[in-house]
Amino acid sequence: MTALLVKSVILLGGLLTAVAYLVLLERKVAAWIQDRRGPNRVGIPFTKIRLFGLGQPIADGLKFLFKEEYTPGHVDRAMYTLAPLVIFTAALATFAVIPFGHVVPVGGKAEPLVVAPGVDVGILYVFAVSSIAVYGVILGGWASDNKYSFLGAMRSSAQLIAYEIPLGLGILGVVLLTGTLRLDGMIELQAQSGVWLLLVQPVGFLVFAVAACAEAARLPFDLLECEQELVGGYHTEYTGMKMAMYALGEFLHMLTASVLIVVLYLGGWHFWGLTGTGTEVGWGTALLRVAVFWAKVMLVVLGFMIIRWSWPRFRFDQLMNLAWKVMVPLGLVNLVATAVLMEFWPRALTEHPWATAGAMWALALGTVGLWAALSPVGSQSQARRGPDEFSMRRVETPAA
Amino acid sequence: MKPDDPAIRWVKPPELGLTGRMYLPLVLQGVTTTVRHLFSPKVTQEYPEVEPPIGNPLIYRGVHRLNRDEQGRVKCVACFLCATACPAHCIDIVAAESPWPDRDKYPESFVIDELRCIYCGMCEEACPVDAIELTSLYNLTGRSREEMFFDKEKLLSVYDQTKDREPSAMERQQQAAEDQQK
Repeated sequence: MTALLVKSVILLGGLLTAVAYLVLLERKVAAWIQDRRGPNRVGIPFTKIRLFGLGQPIADGLKFLFKEEYTPGHVDRAMYTLAPLVIFTAALATFAVIPFGHVVPVGGKAEPLVVAPGVDVGILYVFAVSSIAVYGVILGGWASDNKYSFLGAMRSSAQLIAYEIPLGLGILGVVLLTGTLRLDGMIELQAQSGVWLLLVQPVGFLVFAVAACAEAARLPFDLLECEQELVGGYHTEYTGMKMAMYALGEFLHMLTASVLIVVLYLGGWHFWGLTGTGTEVGWGTALLRVAVFWAKVMLVVLGFMIIRWSWPRFRFDQLMNLAWKVMVPLGLVNLVATAVLMEFWPRALTEHPWATAGAMWALALGTVGLWAALSPVGSQSQARRGPDEFSMRRVETPAA
Repeated sequence: MKPDDPAIRWVKPPELGLTGRMYLPLVLQGVTTTVRHLFSPKVTQEYPEVEPPIGNPLIYRGVHRLNRDEQGRVKCVACFLCATACPAHCIDIVAAESPWPDRDKYPESFVIDELRCIYCGMCEEACPVDAIELTSLYNLTGRSREEMFFDKEKLLSVYDQTKDREPSAMERQQQAAEDQQK
C-alpha cells in the first residue's frame, strides 16, 4: 500500500513537472529551429538570476491560475466543465500501467516501478483509457455551442478513429513477436535478446510512430485545433485553468506516445553493455535504468518537436489518404510478415535475432521500393482538375 | 474562364524522381534542414544587454540637443527658424534680449515636446548657427508626459552627454581646419 502511494506521488509529481517543462522545451526548440533564442528571461522569482529561462513554467502556471475563468453564456455548463476533466484524467490514468523504470530493491525484493504492477492486459488498458480522451475533445467541442469548436471536435473524431487502426496494427506486430500484452514483459524480452524491436519491426515502427503522432494531435496532424482555420478548434471557448488542463492533456498525450514508442520499439530501460538485463540489481543500476528510459523518452519527444517544424499541416483529404491508403496497408504488410515469421520460425527472435532483423529490414526496403514504383505517394496530393489528364496544372497565358 | 478556354495553356508538373516517390528520403532531407537550424547561430539580439548597431551616429535622428559654444553658453540665437520649420509644432521658444554682446537675442526658455516630435530633422537643417542637432540616443523613455517636455537645461545636458561621441557640425569643421593646417 505504501509502495503504491509512494510510486503514485513520484509519478504524478514527476509527470506534472515534466509536462510544465515540456512546454518550455517546446518553446525553446521552436525558437532554436527558427534561429531565435526562445524564452530566457524568467529565472528564480524576485531575483535577477535568470537560469536560461528555467523559471518560465512557474510564470506560465501562475498566469493560468490568475486568469479570469470566463464561461460563455451559451455553453452547456455541465458538459463544458466536465470535458477538460475527462481529457486530463484520461491522459494521467494511462500512466498507471506504464513502467517508468525497471525495478528497485526495497526490503530485499525487487519492487517494479509501475503504479499498477502485474496488469496482464497492460497495452489494452493504455489504449482503452487513452481512447477516452476523444470524449473530452468531442464533449468540449459539442458543449461549447460554437461552430469552430464543433468542427474541431468532428475532425478529431474522424482523425482519431482513422489512426486507431494503424496504431493497433503496429502494436499487433509487437504483441505477436513478444507473445505478451504486458509492457514490462515487452521490455524484458527486448533486454534479454538484446535486439530492440525497432530493428525487427521497421515498418511497424514507422506506422506506429506516425499514428501515435496523429493520435497525440501534434503537428502536422493538428487539424482539430488549427488556428488558421478553426480559431482554436475544440478549445476555442475555454480560458484559465480549463484551458490549461487541455494543454496539459495534450502534452501528456505526447509523453504517452513517446513512452509507448520507447517501450514497444526502443528497448525501454535497456542499453547494450550499460544496464544489464537481470532483476537482481542494486540501487545504482536501478536508477541508471530509470535514467536511460527517460533519456530515450526525451529523445523521442525531441523528435516529435523537430517533426513539428519540418512539415506543413496536412489537408484533411491528405490526412485520410495517409491513414487509409498508406498506413493501413503498410501495417497489414508488417502484420502478415510477422505472423508468417512467428508461424514458421517461432524461435527466430530468440535464436537468430540479427538475421531476423536483417530479413525484416529487407522486407521494409522492398515494400517502400515497391510502393514507390506502383503508387507514388506524392502524386496523391496534387490537384485533379485538368481536361484530360488529372495531373495537369493550369497556367494562364494572355490571349494571342 | 472555362477549362477549355484557348488562353489557358495546360502544362504537366515535373515528374517525381524515385526518391520523391519513396517519400522517406525527402522526409529525411527536410528533417536535416530543421536540425541544421536547431544548431545554427541565433539572430536574436539580447536588447538591453546588447545594443543594436545604429549606423552613422552623426546622421542618426534621435533625441535633440542644444549645442554650447566655446564659452559654454547656449549657442541658440532664438531666431525661431526651427520652430517655423517644425512640421509637428513641437518646439516652443521664448526669446529674450541677450545678456551677451555678440548677439541680439537668446532663448529664455526652449522646450521640445519629445512625444510630439516626429524626428524628421528639419529643425537641424533650418538652424543657421548649428545650435540644434539630433543625436543618436534612440532609447528615450519617461514615466509621464511632463517628463517628456525637454527644456533648455535638459537639452544642454544631452549635449554634454553626447559631445565626445558626436562632435557638432562646427566642431567637426574646426577639427578639419586644424588637420589641414598640420
